[in-house]
Amino acid sequence: MAGPAILLLITFLAVPFVLAFVLSFTNQRLLSPNPTEFVGTQNFARLLTVQLLTLEPEIDPATGEPGRDAVGNLVYPRVRDYTRRNPDHPELDGLQEYMDIRIGESKVVVLVGDAVFLRSLINTLVFTLVIVPVQGGLALLLALLVNSRMRGVNVFRTVYFVPVVMSMVVVSLLWRFIYSPQGGLLNGIIGTITFGAVKPVDWLGDTALALPAVMLMSMWQAVGFQMVIWLAGLQLIPPNLYEAAAIDGAGRVAQFKHVTWPGLRNTAIFIFITITIAAFGLFTQIDVMTRGGPLDATSTVIFQAVEHGFRKQDLAYGSAISVVFFILVLLVALVQRRLTREKA
Amino acid sequence: MATSSVRQPHERAFRTGRFVAMVAFAAFFLFPIVFMFVSSFKPNEDVLRDTTSFRAFLPVGDISLNNYGDVFEDVPAGLFIFNSLLITCTTVALGLVVNSMAGFALSRLRWRGRNLILTIIIATLIVPFETVAIPLLLVVSKLPWIGVADGALTIEQGWLNSYQVQILPFAANAFSIFLFAQFFKTLPMELDEAARVDGASGLQIYWRIIMPLSGPAIASVAILTFLPIWNAYLWPLMVVQSEGVRPVMVGLQYFFKVAGGGGGGGGVRWGEIMAYLSLVTLPVLILYLALQRAFVESIASSGVKE
Repeated sequence: MAGPAILLLITFLAVPFVLAFVLSFTNQRLLSPNPTEFVGTQNFARLLTVQLLTLEPEIDPATGEPGRDAVGNLVYPRVRDYTRRNPDHPELDGLQEYMDIRIGESKVVVLVGDAVFLRSLINTLVFTLVIVPVQGGLALLLALLVNSRMRGVNVFRTVYFVPVVMSMVVVSLLWRFIYSPQGGLLNGIIGTITFGAVKPVDWLGDTALALPAVMLMSMWQAVGFQMVIWLAGLQLIPPNLYEAAAIDGAGRVAQFKHVTWPGLRNTAIFIFITITIAAFGLFTQIDVMTRGGPLDATSTVIFQAVEHGFRKQDLAYGSAISVVFFILVLLVALVQRRLTREKA
Repeated sequence: MATSSVRQPHERAFRTGRFVAMVAFAAFFLFPIVFMFVSSFKPNEDVLRDTTSFRAFLPVGDISLNNYGDVFEDVPAGLFIFNSLLITCTTVALGLVVNSMAGFALSRLRWRGRNLILTIIIATLIVPFETVAIPLLLVVSKLPWIGVADGALTIEQGWLNSYQVQILPFAANAFSIFLFAQFFKTLPMELDEAARVDGASGLQIYWRIIMPLSGPAIASVAILTFLPIWNAYLWPLMVVQSEGVRPVMVGLQYFFKVAGGGGGGGGVRWGEIMAYLSLVTLPVLILYLALQRAFVESIASSGVKE
């Protein structure tokens, strides 16, 4: 009787899962006239290569001093002379400039195989590092607020949970209007409150503001989910523990510290891990709101997997990104196992 | 609590503060939703003009259902909604059957390798869909399907642009199997034994005895399947290009391009966009408000897996 389910899981989960690893070592495309070939670790090399190149200022032959351009900046050799078929630097061939750091007069250039992917990986990690504590903490605050016998408290629980049942596509388009620079709601509210002192801001068009704007919207949508799970955890704590603590003279803060928080340990692990994994998978908001822009400021790992694997039909490279994503998730899951085991 | 009578003024201040915080959060969660519904009844220009005052949240001005009419004129929104309903209902129905059968076999039947299979199924929970989406695209582009051409059955290759490509990959679900197996374990084994004495087969026990007792598990699995399929975006985006089988959320992104001010003069038609957003949100919202308890319990049940 388990047959149909097992067959479906093999076809649509096990086979593609194994295929992700296999494809990532090939040059498979969705539709291609050329036969598929194994290319070794080429895809992973492109994803993960990082090289440093130190450049010294060019010496002006006339003066023997480092040359300066019209505005007085030091002149360095062009990076592309090193990365375009330079026989002296085969290891730098085809690499892209990610950033550079000035140390004294020399310039250290960070060269990577795929600058957009590295940017996406960093964006994803930054998003995760912010969203995990903030969303998890806010959800706990909400759960504590509505965990009472007050009359009408159910109305608040219902309201906080509503965005969770809404589609992320709907929420993204709705917030696109809220963030819009042309008559958007957020600028309207800020302008009204400050009597026009604050000028309209292009929230999603600014490289510094776009990712935080996506974070706020994502939390608005998802925090009710974790609230419900915290609430379930809170209700497992025996009420007599609170009574005992109150008799011992513990105030609200002390009760939270010594009764509530220790009782929520496993719930906390579960919540932080699930937010982490969901945050790693950040995609829909990005695809609908920013398409990874401006200047890749909101591009993410899964957005890149879809860009390559689907839009550019490069299944092999998209699969390699999926494998990197899975390894990240696996690491987090291993941390969870460790933490849950330690409880004894 | 016993102490509340002792520290009354303190307690009252605390309660007031808490209430104010609760109301503030409620406003934070509701303001975009109220704005969405209210704006869906306003002309496009009014939506923009009203953002600078409280009118943004009030159904005032030139209120009409025109935006809704325009949505159906611009894109086949009715077809998109029908497609999503068909896909969602079929996936939920199919999912309930295959996952409960698997859960039954894994919790109440005895066979060799049962525990190993259960362990493997639980282990697959760690694989997020995003990991397999890209290679799955290759798999479904190669799978065969029976089609009808010139009145005869033929074998077609490739599932792209079809209903089944949006249904079958999501029918079996490891977490649903796990939820069913967990629930079935709580039912007394004597039920099965008594039925077997009366000559019932495994299938009969499953269908006649166990399933009728499993309402809560069925509700949880139905809701946990329904929500992601109705809201699906990543997968249909990749496998559906033709309008005929396009679901609402991909249709929404398509509609945004139509109403997004591309050519034709004028800015983004936000009133119409809000009408489309309201249209696809309303069914889920009604279902949620009607079945609140079941919704919240199904979510909470996803938090107890160990």
